[in-house]
Amino acid sequence: MATNPDKYKRVAYYPGCALEGTGHAYNRSTKVVGKALGLDLVEVKNWNCCGAMEVKNIDPKIQTYLSSRVMSIAANEMGFDTVMAPCNGCYHNLKKAEYDLKNDPKSAEVVDRLSKKAGHETYQAGQVETIHALDWIKDSIGEEGLRERVKNSLKGLKIANYYGCMYTRPRHIFPEKDQGPGSESTSKPHFMDDLLAAAGADNVDFPLKTACCGGAHTLSDSDTSTRLVLNILNAAEAAGAEVIATECPTCHSGLEMHQVRAEKRLGKKTSVRIVYFTQLLGLALGLSPRQVGLHENISDSIGFLKQKGIA
Amino acid sequence: MPIHEQSLIRPENLKTHDQLVMDGVDVSGHWSTFIETRVVSDYNEALQEEIAALPGGEYIHRCWQCGSCTNSCTVNAINPDFNPRYWIYLIRMGMESELLRDKDIIWQCVSCNKCTYACPRDVVPEAVMKATSHWLELKGHTPKSPSMHFDEEFSSQVIERGKIEEGRIMQGFFRRTGQPLIQDWLVEMVKRMLRHLPVGMLARMGLATVIAPRTSGWSRARDAIREYADEQHAQQRHALGLAELVETARQDAGAPARS
Repeated sequence: MATNPDKYKRVAYYPGCALEGTGHAYNRSTKVVGKALGLDLVEVKNWNCCGAMEVKNIDPKIQTYLSSRVMSIAANEMGFDTVMAPCNGCYHNLKKAEYDLKNDPKSAEVVDRLSKKAGHETYQAGQVETIHALDWIKDSIGEEGLRERVKNSLKGLKIANYYGCMYTRPRHIFPEKDQGPGSESTSKPHFMDDLLAAAGADNVDFPLKTACCGGAHTLSDSDTSTRLVLNILNAAEAAGAEVIATECPTCHSGLEMHQVRAEKRLGKKTSVRIVYFTQLLGLALGLSPRQVGLHENISDSIGFLKQKGIA
Repeated sequence: MPIHEQSLIRPENLKTHDQLVMDGVDVSGHWSTFIETRVVSDYNEALQEEIAALPGGEYIHRCWQCGSCTNSCTVNAINPDFNPRYWIYLIRMGMESELLRDKDIIWQCVSCNKCTYACPRDVVPEAVMKATSHWLELKGHTPKSPSMHFDEEFSSQVIERGKIEEGRIMQGFFRRTGQPLIQDWLVEMVKRMLRHLPVGMLARMGLATVIAPRTSGWSRARDAIREYADEQHAQQRHALGLAELVETARQDAGAPARS
C-alpha cells in the first residue's frame, strides 16, 4: 500500500475507557507520537464505551449499538470519515459493528431503534472507516517517512511484536486485510514489525504474535490468564526478546499483571519488559521517557532502555 | 436408534478388584465395566433450538463437525476436556446429560476467536460457547460463573453511565464474587506502579477515583438500551420454557399474573 500523507492527516480519535485508566501510557504516547509526526487527532465528542469483551455476552446487538453511536457522532456530528482507535478492543468492536450493520438487517434494525430513542442520527454502514493506530502511522507516514524522522535509533533493541487476538480475528470483519503485498496479514501480522524495524529495532522471530493472553478473563479466571501470559513471556524470552511491544491496553496490562502474578503465585520470574509500540516509536522520534509515559507502565523498562542508550 | 458418539471409558466405569476371577480366569486389577446399553433415550429434542434462541447460538445448525474449532482452541491446548466441537455435536443431538458433564468448564472460553477464524461454516463457535454457558445458568444447571458476574458488572456500568472505569469494575466484581480486593499479587502490582508514579496519578488512572466517568447526555441511550434488554430477556425466558414455569409457580402461589 502506497503511503498517502494526507489520507489520515486529521482523523477522529476514539481513545476508549482503558486509555483513560490502566492504558493511560498508550493514550499519552499515541498523542505525542501523532504530534511529532504532524498528524492531528480530534477526540470524538461524548464518546461511550464500545462494550469491550463483556457487553456482547449479555447481548451482541447492544454492543453493536454502542459502537455505532461512536461512529455516528464522528460522522454526523463532527463530519469525519475516519475513526482511529488505538485499543484493539475498540478497533475490533467498531469493525464488527460495521460488518454487522452491512450484513445483518436485524442488527441494523435494533441500532436504528435504539439510536432514534437515544436521540441521535442512526449510523449507516460505510459512513466512516475505522483504523488502528498501526494503520494510521503505517499509511500516512510509512517506513520511509519514519526512517527519515528517527533521531534516536532503536538499534540493538531486540523486540517481540505482540498483536493479540482482536487485531486480526475473525478475518471477515477486516476486509482490507489479506489483500496481498502491502496489506496487513491476519495470520502473520507485520505492521508493527515494519514500523519498529524502520525505527531501527531488531525484531525477533516471535511465534506467539497472535496468541491469546486471556485478557477477557484476567480477573474472572486468573489462573488460566496467568498460564497463557506465562507462555507468551517465555516464548518471547526464548526468541531472544528484551522487550515485548504491545498495541492493546488489555493485552498490555494483562501481560504486566500476570507477569507479577506468575512471579507471586507460581514463582516463575520473567524479566522481559512490556512496552507500547507507540512508546518505542516516541523514543525513536527523540521524545523523552516521561513524554511517552514509560513511568506509567507497571513493567519497569526505564533503567534498561537508558542503559541501551535509547531512553 | 442410531449409536451416537459417547465416550464410554471413564473413571467411574472402571472397577477395581483386588481379587476377581471370571470364568476361572484371574482378572484382578483395573477393568472397564461392560456397558449394559448403548441406547441413548434421554434426549432433549429442543436443546439446539434453546441454544439457538440465545444470543450467539444462532448459527449452531451450520456445523458439520470438522473440528477446526477444537483444533485451534486456546483453552483446549491447556485443558483437553475443553472441546467445542464435541459440545456442538451434543447440543445438535440433544444429548443434554452428556453436555452437563462439562458444565463447569464451558464458561472458560477466553473469546480469542481462533475458532471463529478457523470455522469454514461460520458457526461462530466462540458465540456458541457464550450462549451455552448462558443456557446452563438460565436453566439452573450451574450458578453464575465468575465470567458472567464480570460481564454483568461491566455491562451494568456501561449501560448506567456510558463509560466504565477499571478500578470500579474490579471492586464490583470482587464484591459480587465475595473476594477480597487486597490480594498479594495486586498489592505487588500497585507497589511496582508506585516506583515511578505518585499516588495521585494512580487515582487518576482509575484505582481510586471518587467520581465515576460518565458520557454526557447518556440518559436517553441508557433508557433505550434497558427497554430493549428487558424485552430480549423476556423472549429468551420464553424460548427456554422458563416463562411458563414462572407463571405456573405464580398461579400456584396465588400471585397475580404479570401483564
